[in-house]
Amino acid sequence: MTIAFYVASAVALFATLMVVTRRNPVHAVLYLMVSLLAVAVVFFTLGAHFAAALEVIIYAGAIIVLFVFMIMLLNIGPPPSTRQESLLLTPGIWVGPSALSVLLAGLFLYVILAGGRSVQAGSYVDAKTVGISMFEIYFLGVELASMILLAGLVGAYHLGKRDLPDEAEGGNG
Amino acid sequence: MTSVPMDHGLLLAGLLFAVGLAGVLVRRNILYVLMSLEIMMNSAALAFVVAGARWSQPDGQIVFIFIVTVAAAEVAVGLALVYQMFKRMKTLDADAASLMRG
Repeated sequence: MTIAFYVASAVALFATLMVVTRRNPVHAVLYLMVSLLAVAVVFFTLGAHFAAALEVIIYAGAIIVLFVFMIMLLNIGPPPSTRQESLLLTPGIWVGPSALSVLLAGLFLYVILAGGRSVQAGSYVDAKTVGISMFEIYFLGVELASMILLAGLVGAYHLGKRDLPDEAEGGNG
Repeated sequence: MTSVPMDHGLLLAGLLFAVGLAGVLVRRNILYVLMSLEIMMNSAALAFVVAGARWSQPDGQIVFIFIVTVAAAEVAVGLALVYQMFKRMKTLDADAASLMRG
């Protein structure tokens, strides 16, 4: 368990450094996803299994996909199709994130197979406890979270409109 | 308490936060700024989960859920703003949007 924590921490730090230093946004997004997966493994080793699942589902699954959509929508990075597709097949692009992901997957398997069910009986906080506490003590926070999600939805809908009135100078920035 | 010292978890959170902060300060592409903001939020959430695991309480994970909610709302609005900025200025350079009118 301890070794898994340190390896996942190293992967998270390395991947995060790669995010900040990449030139191509798609590479940065790939490394960001690896970084989030590594943090999910860290959560798992700390006994926060529910948080680990949420990290994978919401962060790596939803938020990163939003970033990818935006990059595709803006069509930035190396231009058109065939050249770009042949570029995607060169190993230099995907070998880094893939190697790190395989390392994380191996770590995950190791934790599950070696750790078993007996590890850290005391410190493990399961989803049931989290849910009970969330809807009893923190239910006001849940309501506020729904409000902020609604605000985000309305804001994104308004700003994402194609024919938003062009305010005066438009593109002279 | 797990066998991992709490200090090391907090240290990891601090290092990730520092990398994210450096990204916000150094990168001028606004897409990278948003990604770095995500890294910083994630590291803050990591600190909460570490503290929750230290005392075996669910509160850390609950705050993590709230932080994820805020991050999702933030990234939705932020990316919509990036879209509008790219449409008007044809660039993602954050310095291009330094002028205010009025």
